[in-house]
Amino acid sequence: MNRRPRLAVWKFASCDGCQLSLLDCEDELLLLAEAVQIANFAEASSAMEGGPYDLSLVEGSITTAHDAERIRKVRRQSKFLVTIGACATAGGIQALRNFADVNDFVAAVYASPQYIETLATSTPISAHVPVDFELRGCPINKAQLLEVISAFLAGRKPAIAAHSVCIECKQRGTVCVMVQGTPCLGPVTHAGCGALCPSYRRGCYGCYGPMETPNTEALAREWTALGAAPRDIRRAFHTFNAWAPAFREEGEAHDD
Amino acid sequence: MDALPTTRTCAILDRDGLQALIAALAARGYQVLGPVLRDGAILYDEIAGLADLPAGWTDRQAPGRYRLERRADEALFGFAVGPQSWKRFLHPPVETLWRAQQGEGGLLFSTAAGPSPRYAFLGVRACELHAIAIQDRVFCEGPYPEPGYAERRRDAFIVAVNCAEAGDTCFCASMDCGPQAEDGFDLALTELIDETRHAFLVEVGSAAGEELLTGLPRRAAADAERAAAAAVVARTASQMGRRLDTAGLKELLQDNPEHPRWSEVAERCLSCANCTMVCPTCFCTTVEDRGDLAGSSAERVRKWDSCFTLDFSYLHGGSVRQSARARYRQWMTHKLASWIDQFGTSGCVGCGRCITWCPVGIDITEEAAAIRATLPEPRGEDHGGH
Ligand code: SF4
Ligand code: SF4
Ligand code: SF4
Ligand code: SF4
Ligand code: SF4
Repeated sequence: MNRRPRLAVWKFASCDGCQLSLLDCEDELLLLAEAVQIANFAEASSAMEGGPYDLSLVEGSITTAHDAERIRKVRRQSKFLVTIGACATAGGIQALRNFADVNDFVAAVYASPQYIETLATSTPISAHVPVDFELRGCPINKAQLLEVISAFLAGRKPAIAAHSVCIECKQRGTVCVMVQGTPCLGPVTHAGCGALCPSYRRGCYGCYGPMETPNTEALAREWTALGAAPRDIRRAFHTFNAWAPAFREEGEAHDD
Repeated sequence: MDALPTTRTCAILDRDGLQALIAALAARGYQVLGPVLRDGAILYDEIAGLADLPAGWTDRQAPGRYRLERRADEALFGFAVGPQSWKRFLHPPVETLWRAQQGEGGLLFSTAAGPSPRYAFLGVRACELHAIAIQDRVFCEGPYPEPGYAERRRDAFIVAVNCAEAGDTCFCASMDCGPQAEDGFDLALTELIDETRHAFLVEVGSAAGEELLTGLPRRAAADAERAAAAAVVARTASQMGRRLDTAGLKELLQDNPEHPRWSEVAERCLSCANCTMVCPTCFCTTVEDRGDLAGSSAERVRKWDSCFTLDFSYLHGGSVRQSARARYRQWMTHKLASWIDQFGTSGCVGCGRCITWCPVGIDITEEAAAIRATLPEPRGEDHGGH
């Protein structure tokens, strides 16, 4: 390789958790710094270099007019743009505002609401600019992030499965909690976490958003059979990935 | 059904004898695996002795439901099959096939795995013996045998157990795959438990089994004990929770790919793949190639896959089986019909796992019956397990 590819990491409306997954890579971080030139990563270094960038990792959703403009600039400067985490891929937990009147929240939360300028919705990056790859999770799995970067460097497709969490759950050898009576979102949720929650005897919370072919309606019927109230079902679908279409619609089909 | 007594050599082990059996296997260098209680289920894992077995527990199974219950007695094998099968050990869910390293003179390849442990399985049910025989055919026959599987299989010592309880989702009898262990074991046990005794009738199935048994504290089996063992199996056979009518089933499914029932089941099916993961005969895998950041090393990892994923049927430009209808149809038609074309037997042994462990309780026997019910008598012959 003649020159190292230039990497930029961008933050929009988010909690920084996904960027921290990158810093959390510890052992691999040195390797990463050798493989790419980290041109912009505010969470790690205040030195910011201008574009163009070979690979941009984008965390966070679009919640302000300013950010809607800023993501266009990022896109123009980036050859390859990967969104990381539920905020960037689905609008995040802050997309709950999309189901209510954002001005009510502003009035309730801020002492001086007149200083707050915000959009009525929180939307994923893909609603604003073309995205080359979406890495799911709230937060993302650092091993998957390294896989995406390695695949980008090698010019191959990342090995990121879009099937249900159940497959990971069974590969891991976990006993299905749903069959034992605990409602679980695993069957409609995108894999990636390694089926963490069921391994602690909890149902899946849906951090990775909808899997490739989510049959949310059939799952909701089974939740009802297990005793979940409409409100429980609505709330289960309306969390970190509430604005992902499949979860949004299923949640809306149940009364709060 | 062949009734015990068989022509095989039989003996009686008491509980100490069974403990001695486990110890003898361990002493011969086997990793002994058997049923253990964990996370509210009965799983297969390493055992050191009788104390690790789920004494006094049984399971209640139904479509999409499983729970443990106390038994009135202290039976060690008083339950049907749990969520895991021996497939987990013979055909592991995740396996690194090779690693490659960029070296001075080029790429250096190494096979990743060291030798597998030599497994001794304690408590293999009749349906599972049949499932292992089916996977033997898949992995060991034909021009490209799977060396890892073949090695693990060759080295495995199998202690079968005749089922004393059929689960509500079991239908091995109608698949001709149980509940009596007839073949494919080194030793087979029948647990005899009542107010007067707690012992095991043991049958010898191989020279290795014979050799092992010879060193154990045991006594000859009386005719009454053989009869009691036969009665255990006969009672289990009469308790089967379900049945599958295999008459002409292959043609029934293969001739009716457009039956409306496929769409109806697709409305319920989550495409979650649990049925294929728990099935003791499903063998499909995918491989993932991974490289490191520096581009200096790579590895190929094989993982269980399923015909319920889109990637599974991804050909140039997209997945061939886009709809849940097509995917469910593939699974069921493969298990019960095209498997026969491929391997000469049904791919289903009637263990019931896909019914119990389907989160929405889809029942393969009910789906087959529903298709049969709406059609005239099918052509073709019986196709049970084998
Ligand atoms: S526990 Fe949840 S994720 Fe795991 S197999 Fe069951 S439904 Fe799927
Ligand atoms: S198809 Fe179902 S019942 Fe038949 S062997 Fe597989 S898991 Fe068992
Ligand atoms: S039913 Fe599906 S997963 Fe199972 S062996 Fe057939 S194709 Fe493979
Ligand atoms: S299917 Fe038959 S052999 Fe298998 S556990 Fe049930 S009764 Fe036993
Ligand atoms: S039949 Fe059941 S276990 Fe199988 S994919 Fe459909 S919902 Fe999942």
